[in-house]
Amino acid sequence: MRYEKLLRDKNLIKEALDKIRSLNLRKNVNIMEVCGTHTYTFFRFGLRRMLPENIHLISGPGCPVCITEDSFIDKAVILARDKNNIIATFGDLIKVRGTKSSLEEERALGANINIVYSPSEAIDLAVTNPGKRIVFLGVGFETTAPLSASIVKEAKQKKLDNFFLLSAHRIIPPALNVLCSDKEINIDGFLCPGHVSAIIGAEAYKEAAQKFHKPCVIGGFEPLDMLIAMYKICLQVKEGKSIVENEYDRVVRQRGNPAAIKLLSEVFYVKDASWRGFGTIKKSGLFLNEKYKNFDAQKLIGKEIKVKNKLTNCRCADVVKGKIKPSECPLFRKACNPEKPFGPCMVSFEGSCRIYYEYGG
Amino acid sequence: MCLAYPMKVIEVKKNRAIVDAEGIRREVNAEFLKNIKIGDYVMVHAGFAIEKFDEKKARETIEYFKEYKDALRKTLKR
Repeated sequence: MRYEKLLRDKNLIKEALDKIRSLNLRKNVNIMEVCGTHTYTFFRFGLRRMLPENIHLISGPGCPVCITEDSFIDKAVILARDKNNIIATFGDLIKVRGTKSSLEEERALGANINIVYSPSEAIDLAVTNPGKRIVFLGVGFETTAPLSASIVKEAKQKKLDNFFLLSAHRIIPPALNVLCSDKEINIDGFLCPGHVSAIIGAEAYKEAAQKFHKPCVIGGFEPLDMLIAMYKICLQVKEGKSIVENEYDRVVRQRGNPAAIKLLSEVFYVKDASWRGFGTIKKSGLFLNEKYKNFDAQKLIGKEIKVKNKLTNCRCADVVKGKIKPSECPLFRKACNPEKPFGPCMVSFEGSCRIYYEYGG
Repeated sequence: MCLAYPMKVIEVKKNRAIVDAEGIRREVNAEFLKNIKIGDYVMVHAGFAIEKFDEKKARETIEYFKEYKDALRKTLKR
């Protein structure tokens, strides 16, 4: 598409940077980019170094793999060790270690682990492997959760009794509200995620803007998108405003995608859930409703396993919350690197540590 | 990762659609979108079309700062 090219045009980028500079903000402004893909674009296009020095970018919790706790990986490992099971998962999860092992290590020992591009492939696996149980590892925010909801519903319609979902789906707005009230982090505004917002809509950030008085601007993923969004946040800071604005309106609607929202509430219910770095966040996790509980992989494990996250010097928990930069972790670039990652933030392509490692932050 | 990419709808069949981006074609699940038609652009995430792409809004984004218009014209000429 030709828009792609224009949204990366160097003349337009230069103009946008001049516009941000012309606001002449005297104080430090801390802007959290919530989504890992935003962090990636900032680095990949070198935007971070072009912004005025007093504008600080803080990477937020928007990398699903990064906020998933060790206990989830441990459950996935238990399921993978059962020869009757086939695990279907997105690729970035397999390198993450739980307290004892990772799915990659289990695969080397003979576990049947399938990396899928789309959750729909898990249904295909269930149809073609009637003698096996297929467990899809549902990790992701509102962008991915409707996809899991869709395949669970499809499994019910097709009367598949060998398909299961292990849900670690989380929703973003409750985490932003927690960050708003965290005095250690001190955020002046949020660059809100593009595709999460495509599902939940611009209205979802009202609480952060109105109750916590944080400017919230939804941004697309191209360099110009992000600079316009930054400009809008800075302008709000300058004028003392805190409203929700939608820079990515070519994709994000005010009320999101009603069909996806409806399916989410049909298949899942919301309850308190734990996040790496945050602990338990109220009403932030999506779990299968009574009507779909036959598809819950939790029942294959039996009792709920509760483990404490393993004790290492890994600071991923502080990184996902924006408390420290990856370079402040004692393991970063030394013991921890993409070949041998200690924590999830070095594993995922949208993890802050991985991005800082690749692009020299 | 949020690699949803605008892809052009070239065929619609019930809840599914065939989409194209620069010659790469895929069949995607389109159950979340009502009334999509051939020629529409949709954002595709992990095999699902999650939202329609509004070209008019895309143009407005590019022209967000009025001063951009000259630069834009130059770019379009290239």
